[in-house]
Amino acid sequence: MSTTETQRIEELANREYKYGFVTEVEEDRLPKGLNEDIIRQISAKKEEPEWMTEWRLKAFRHWLTMEEPKWSNVKYPPIDYQDISYYSAPKKKPKYNSLDEVDPAIRETYNKLGIPLEEQMMLAGVAVDAVFDSVSVATTFKDKLKELGIIFCSMSEAIKEHPDLVKKYLGSVVPYTDNFFATLNSAVFSDGSFVYVPKGVRCPMELSTYFRINASETGQFERTLIVADEGAYVSYLEGCTAPMRDENQLHAAVVELVALDNATIKYSTVQNWYPGDKEGKGGIYNFVTKRGACRGVNSKISWTQVETGSAITWKYPSCILQGDNSIGEFYSVAVTNNYQQADTGTKMIHIGKNTKSTIVSKGISAGRSNNSYRGLVKITKKAENARNFSQCDSLLIGNKCGAHTFPYLEINNSTAQVEHEATTSKIGEDQIFYLNQRGISTEDAVNLIVNGYVKEVLAELPMEFAVEAQKLLSISLEGSVG
Amino acid sequence: MMSNIDFKEWFISNYKTFEKSLNGEKTTSFHQIRKEALSKFSEMNLPTTKDEEWKYTNISPIIKHNFSVIPHKADLSTEEVNNFLFDKLEHHLLVFVNGEFRNDLSRLNDLPSSVEVGSLSDAIKKNHPALMKHFGKYAEDSHNLFTALNSAYTKDGAFVFVPKGKIVEEPIHIIFINKTTQDKFVTQPRNLFIAEDNSKVTVIEHYTSIGDGVYLNNTVTEMFVGENANLDHIKLQEESKKSFHISRMEVDQERSSNFSSHLISTGAEFSRNEFTTRFNGEGGESMLNGLFMIDDEQFFDAHTMIDHAKPYCNSYEHYKGILQDKARGVFNGKVMVRPDAQKTNAFQENNSILLSDDAVMNSKPQLEIFADDVKCSHGATVGKLDEEAKFYLKTRGIGEEAATAMLIHAFASDVIKSIRIEALRDYLEEIISKRFNQ
Repeated sequence: MSTTETQRIEELANREYKYGFVTEVEEDRLPKGLNEDIIRQISAKKEEPEWMTEWRLKAFRHWLTMEEPKWSNVKYPPIDYQDISYYSAPKKKPKYNSLDEVDPAIRETYNKLGIPLEEQMMLAGVAVDAVFDSVSVATTFKDKLKELGIIFCSMSEAIKEHPDLVKKYLGSVVPYTDNFFATLNSAVFSDGSFVYVPKGVRCPMELSTYFRINASETGQFERTLIVADEGAYVSYLEGCTAPMRDENQLHAAVVELVALDNATIKYSTVQNWYPGDKEGKGGIYNFVTKRGACRGVNSKISWTQVETGSAITWKYPSCILQGDNSIGEFYSVAVTNNYQQADTGTKMIHIGKNTKSTIVSKGISAGRSNNSYRGLVKITKKAENARNFSQCDSLLIGNKCGAHTFPYLEINNSTAQVEHEATTSKIGEDQIFYLNQRGISTEDAVNLIVNGYVKEVLAELPMEFAVEAQKLLSISLEGSVG
Repeated sequence: MMSNIDFKEWFISNYKTFEKSLNGEKTTSFHQIRKEALSKFSEMNLPTTKDEEWKYTNISPIIKHNFSVIPHKADLSTEEVNNFLFDKLEHHLLVFVNGEFRNDLSRLNDLPSSVEVGSLSDAIKKNHPALMKHFGKYAEDSHNLFTALNSAYTKDGAFVFVPKGKIVEEPIHIIFINKTTQDKFVTQPRNLFIAEDNSKVTVIEHYTSIGDGVYLNNTVTEMFVGENANLDHIKLQEESKKSFHISRMEVDQERSSNFSSHLISTGAEFSRNEFTTRFNGEGGESMLNGLFMIDDEQFFDAHTMIDHAKPYCNSYEHYKGILQDKARGVFNGKVMVRPDAQKTNAFQENNSILLSDDAVMNSKPQLEIFADDVKCSHGATVGKLDEEAKFYLKTRGIGEEAATAMLIHAFASDVIKSIRIEALRDYLEEIISKRFNQ
C-alpha cells in the first residue's frame, strides 16, 4: 500500500463513533446485582402475572447451574454478573397516542440518528415500536394493524393482554434451558417486541423496532417473539445504534420466530452498536440467541443481518426446518474494524422432507479485528432430499486482522445435497488499479468493490433498511480502508 | 473375562513389562525421552466428545479394552508378505510384523551410499545423530495423549534417512502387518522419515492385518523435508474391521521444499488420522490428498492441519470419501495462515458421497487467516451420486450398477490420478472395482 493510502487509513481510522451521544432522560433503575429478589422486583415493576414470575425464577435457578461458554473465537475479560443493573426504564410509563406526547429528548435522539418517527410514519409507512432502554415508549400504526388482527406490541404488554399466545410460544423455540446467555435473558428480560400475524394475513408494512441502549452500565436483555400463523407473512426490521460508553455493556437478547404452515417471516437486522474506541476500549458485548422454527409445511424464515457495530458480536441466527418443504435463509454481512471481534454464522437444522437452506455470509475484517464465520448445517436422518448451499467469503483489509471460517456439516441422510464454499482474499491490487485508472479515487474504489462484494446480502434487505445499511457500511469502511 | 482396568491406568501400570522387553536399554539417554512422555501421558485426560477436536469421535470403543502391551511374536512367510505387494513395482521393502522389524522378510536393493533405511530400534541403538536431532521435534507429546503414549512405548518403527543431495529412485515400501490371535494387543510403530536438503524420496507407509482379532495400532510418523527436498508420502491403510487405528503424522517443511501425500484408507473399525504439515521456510509446496472408502459400521476420521507459518507457500488439499451401510466419516481440515504469511495460496476441498441412508458424514473444513494478501478457499460437498449423470448413462444402455460403479470410479479418480506410482494407481483401481463392480 502506498504511503498516502496508509496516511488516509490512519486519518479515517481516527474518526470517532458518529452516533456517540447520551440522551438525558430520567430513569428508574434497580440496584446492581442478580438474585431472586431482583427478578421478583423486575417482574413486579412490569406488573407481570404470577406464571411469568415463576418462569423467570425457573430460568434463574437453572442459570445458576450453568457455566459461561468458552468455545467461541472471541476473547473478553470475565463479566461480573453481579455488577450489572438488570432493569432500567424511563421514569414514567407514558402511553402515547401521538408523537407529540413523546418526551422531546427521546424524539431528539431519534432525530440525531436520522430516523425521525414522523418521517418514517409519513414516508415509509413503517410502524415503529421504539424501544428506549427496555420499555416501549412509542408504538405507532397500531390501529391500522389492529384492523387486520395483527398484534404488534411490547412484550410486557403482550404478557398482560395476550397471555395465551405468550404462554404457548414463549420459550418454545429457545427454551429457558438453552444456553447460558439465553437462560440469563429468560430470567431478567426487560422488554422487547411481540408480533402475532393471524391466519392468512399478509402484514402490509415492514414492522420495525429501533433498539437503543442508553443508560450507562445497563445490560439490555431484549426478548422478541414473532409468530406467523398459517399462510401469514411478516417482515420485521431491527436496527440498533448506541451512544458512546467506556464500560463494556452486555447485551444478551433472545429472538424467537415461529412460522406455521405456509407462513413466511423475514427478519432483518442492522446492528451498529458502539464498537469501542480504536484502542479496543469499551464497546458492547452482543451475545444474542436468535432462532426460528419453521414448524409448518412450506414455511420460510429468512434472516438478514448487517453487523457493523459491537466490540464483540457472538450470534448465530438459526432455522429449525421442521415442516416439509420449509426453507431457511441466512444472509449476513459482518464488518469488523480496530479491535472488534465477531463470531457469527448460522445453524440450519433440516428435519422435514425437501427442506432447503441457503447461507450467504460475507465477512470483512480490517484493523486488528477478528471475524469468524461459524455455521452448522445438519441434515437429520429423516430429512429426505434436503438441500443446502453455503457460501462464506472473507475479505481482509490490512495485515493485522484475521478471518476465520468454521463450517460444520453433519449429514445423516444420503439424499442430501450439501455444498459449502468459502474464499478468503484481499481486494485485488489490479482491481483498484483498474478503477484508479478510470479516475476513481482509491477510497471510492474500495467502497465500490466492497459494495459489490456485499450486494448479494444488501439486496435481501427491505428498501428502507438497505439505505441505512449502506450508510453504516460505508462509515465502517471509511475508517479502515484507503 | 476379568473386569477391565482404566485405559490410562493400564498403560501406566504395565510400563514395567515394557521396560523389561527393552533388553537393558533402560539406562540409555533415549529412555529418558520415553519416561518423560509417560509422565506427560499420565497427566493428560482422555479426549471426550466435549473436546472440539474430538467432537464427532468417540474413543469409548477403544478404551474399554485392555491391550497387551507386548504383542505376541507371529510367524510369517515371504509368500504371505507377497500378498501385500504391488505388481510390477520395483521397490525397497521393510516389513514389520506385530510392531517388530523383520530383517528376514525385508529387502533393500541398491541404495545410494549413506542413505539409511531400516528400523528405528537400530537407529536408537546406534544413537543416530539424525534421530536425536529430529525425534519428537514435530509430533509433540504435550496436548496429544496418544502421541505421548506412543513416545513412552517407542520401540520400533521405520527409519529413513536421506542425506543432502541424495536421490532414492525406487519407492520405499514399508508394510506393517498385524497378525492377530485371541489376544488383544497394541502396536505402536514410530516412524521417522528425514529428507535432507536437495534430496528426494518416496515412502509408502502401508498398514494391514491378517486375521480378525482385536488390536490397537497407535502410530506416530514424523517427517522432515529439508530445503529443496522432495518427499512423496503415501499412506495406505487397510486393516481388519475389528482393529483400531490411531495415527499422527507431522511434517516439517523447510524452504522451497515439496511434500506430497496421499492418505488412502479402507479403514478399520475405528480409525483416526491426524495429519499436520508446517511450512518452516518460504516457497514451500504441499499437497494433501486423501481417499477413504468405508462400509458396515466403520468409523473414519481425518484431521488435517496445514500451517502456513511462512510466506510464499502453496498448499493444496483434497479429501474424498465414499461411505456405505452404517459407516460414519469425519473430515476436519484446517488451514492456518499466520500473521505475515503473505502471498499464501491455499486450497482445500472435501467431497463425500453417501451411498446409504444410514451413513453419516461430518465435515468441518476450516480457514484461520491472519494475513491479508492471501488467496484461500475451501469447499465441501456431501451428497449422493448425481442422479442426472446416472440417468444419462442409463439412457446409453448402461445398467444401474455399472453406472454407479462408473461414477464412483470417476469420483475417486481425482485423488488416484495424482499418485505418481502407476502400480499403486492400478492397485487402487482394483480395490474400487472389487468394492463396487458387482
